[in-house]
Amino acid sequence: MAFRHAVIEKNVVLLAVLTLITISIGGLVQIIPLFAVESTIERVQGVRPYSPLEQLGRNIYVREGCYLCHSQQVRTFKDEVERYGHYSLAAESMYDHPFQWGSKRTGPDLARVGGKYSNDWHVTHLINPRALVPESIMPGYGFLARKPLYYADASAHLKALRAVGVPYSDEMIAKARADIEAQADADSDSADLLKRYPKAVVAKFNSEAREITEMDALVAYLQMLGTMVRFSDVTPADLKQ
Amino acid sequence: MRRRRTKSRGEEKSVTGISMATIAIGSGQAAVTRPDYVDDVTRAFLVAALFWGVIGFTAGLFIALQLVFPVLNLDLEWTTFGRLRPVHTSAVIFAFGGTALIGTSFHIVQRTSHARLFGGAPLGWFVFLGYQFFILLAASGYVFGVTQSKEYAEPEWYVDIWLTIVWVAYLIAFAGTLLKREEPHIYVANWFLLAFILTIAMLHLVNSMAMPVSFFGTKSYSAYSGVQDAMIQWWYGHNAVGFFLTAGFLGMMYYIIPKQADRPIYSYRLSIVHFWSLTFLYIWAGPHHLHYTALPDWAQTLGMTFSIMLWMPSWGGMINGIMTLSGAWDKLRTDPSLRFSVTAVGFYGMSTFEGPVMSIKAVNGLSHYTDWTIGHVHSGALGWVGFIVFGTMYYLVPVLWSRARLYSPRLVAWHFWIATLGIVLYITAMWVSGIMQGLMWRAYDSLGFLQYSFVETVVAMRPFYAIRALGGLLYVLGALIMSYNIWRTIRGDVAVEKSRTPGLTIARA
Repeated sequence: MAFRHAVIEKNVVLLAVLTLITISIGGLVQIIPLFAVESTIERVQGVRPYSPLEQLGRNIYVREGCYLCHSQQVRTFKDEVERYGHYSLAAESMYDHPFQWGSKRTGPDLARVGGKYSNDWHVTHLINPRALVPESIMPGYGFLARKPLYYADASAHLKALRAVGVPYSDEMIAKARADIEAQADADSDSADLLKRYPKAVVAKFNSEAREITEMDALVAYLQMLGTMVRFSDVTPADLKQ
Repeated sequence: MRRRRTKSRGEEKSVTGISMATIAIGSGQAAVTRPDYVDDVTRAFLVAALFWGVIGFTAGLFIALQLVFPVLNLDLEWTTFGRLRPVHTSAVIFAFGGTALIGTSFHIVQRTSHARLFGGAPLGWFVFLGYQFFILLAASGYVFGVTQSKEYAEPEWYVDIWLTIVWVAYLIAFAGTLLKREEPHIYVANWFLLAFILTIAMLHLVNSMAMPVSFFGTKSYSAYSGVQDAMIQWWYGHNAVGFFLTAGFLGMMYYIIPKQADRPIYSYRLSIVHFWSLTFLYIWAGPHHLHYTALPDWAQTLGMTFSIMLWMPSWGGMINGIMTLSGAWDKLRTDPSLRFSVTAVGFYGMSTFEGPVMSIKAVNGLSHYTDWTIGHVHSGALGWVGFIVFGTMYYLVPVLWSRARLYSPRLVAWHFWIATLGIVLYITAMWVSGIMQGLMWRAYDSLGFLQYSFVETVVAMRPFYAIRALGGLLYVLGALIMSYNIWRTIRGDVAVEKSRTPGLTIARA
């Protein structure tokens, strides 16, 4: 018996079911292995969950749509590696909910911006980019330096992140607020914080305001970007996906 | 110009509403009675789509100008490029495109099924108001900084849940109408529309999975992270293009071009091949947005391979649309609204060739992260989606408001040429700026150092950003001319204008 497409055309349910099967295959083949195959994430040391201040700073990065002009993904090209640093690893964004790799570089890539400029440079630049880079077309973010950071619910943020797989310990969740205050204060005793979040940059980032502002959080996040993995310890075998 | 009011024209004959369906599928049945179609909802959708179009295009023009004159960011938190860009993309894709699409699909499914909308006016109005509420919720969120910052899936969790409810209602109305159809066959436009509704539901549900921080707050965290989140996001993102902006509007094309040309679809067999190959292949194309990133190579290569294959069904659809004009090409001379639909299919063909080229890894290495991508998107969005909607509206408004013809066909021609010029300026500026930026990033000087600092590329792009904004301005102007023309048509006015084309008559259904 010859196949007749008319059978499908006369049956809504059959048409819908066949369509659903047709559109499901590609996604299943491409997505499921990324969760199932362990080597998708490279085996490198040093990647840790964000400190509460960095995470809240990251939320500001997300809120302002920074990814619309700045990528966070150095590709495997010679010129990109020379311009920005080691190409990005999947491991480096394993705690990024959501990922912020971006799709457009109206401004430069930020995957390895951490430590490249001083805290003051970032604050001045965010308030008025053209004060430091006259040709820049970036918006000014002066309001971040004036807005106090809301962090009363910092523990709730860490809890929500733990629910989606970020390994925050009970201690980290309990001390979220204290860790924020410790990281945004250059004179604090930060030993405890650094034990939980190695390499976190401790400073009063925004000298324009006394209290902790959104600017402090954002700069704390930017200063950490791309600094977690020590590439001198990494062998090519570790990076095989 | 003198104007006079016309009496409303007789109701559209139901036979014409389904004639091409019966021709195309070879069924001999002709309907006699006209079901009590739900047309009020469709009318509301069309007016809202036009409104959102003007808003969305203007928002695009504004953010284009921000890139030329950064002072336009106003140093206010609500008006930065980062907050307004999602307003622009959502306003054109979901508000303008989506509203036009849902409205037209209600018209198409009723006419080609010869049945009243399932759920009647109440369900239709719920979908209309619910969808408009979704748009307002989403857009106001972006301005106030409530966003997931997943491209084209920015709405936060509570907006996502609301959209899911509206979308299920839409599926029930649409599929329900198909179920109670009086026609034996489901017309091809409805296959595409059904695939659009089902696929968007699947993509939306999977990609938007998130954990809210609290029940009363707006913030949530994506259920996925890093590389998996990237893959799922671009599986969603590319198929928002593939099924929202392509399959849905192909459904529109399969109805509107045969109606405007008064010819059956060129090839029934090609429709079948087009439908199944397009739906199967499109879903694989997402990873081409992630070339040379931390996404594993096997996934990148799969994405590239399927993207190249996708060229064939895309052009199959283009051929099917354009060749429908066989024997009716003269109508292009006399019916300016058909010009929009056919040029739309031309742009569709162009962007579905450009897309596979850009998905090739070697090309993508140059084009990715640059304005070339923006230009590519806009040849699709302005040329294909915009023009097919304009063509459809110019056809449907006189039909739905029972007017003898549009207020002014000459204004349609003006709209056509102004908008086309706008698109040409836009995409050529972006080609030049994108390729230039890509080449500057990878340029080395004679001593082996990178030749340009990043900010030098920003300076070099400025003139092209100005040209792009000019192109956008023309496109907005065209939309304003259209709004005026549609408004006068709805009022029942008819412009008396001498035609420069001998024997000009306006083709009507």
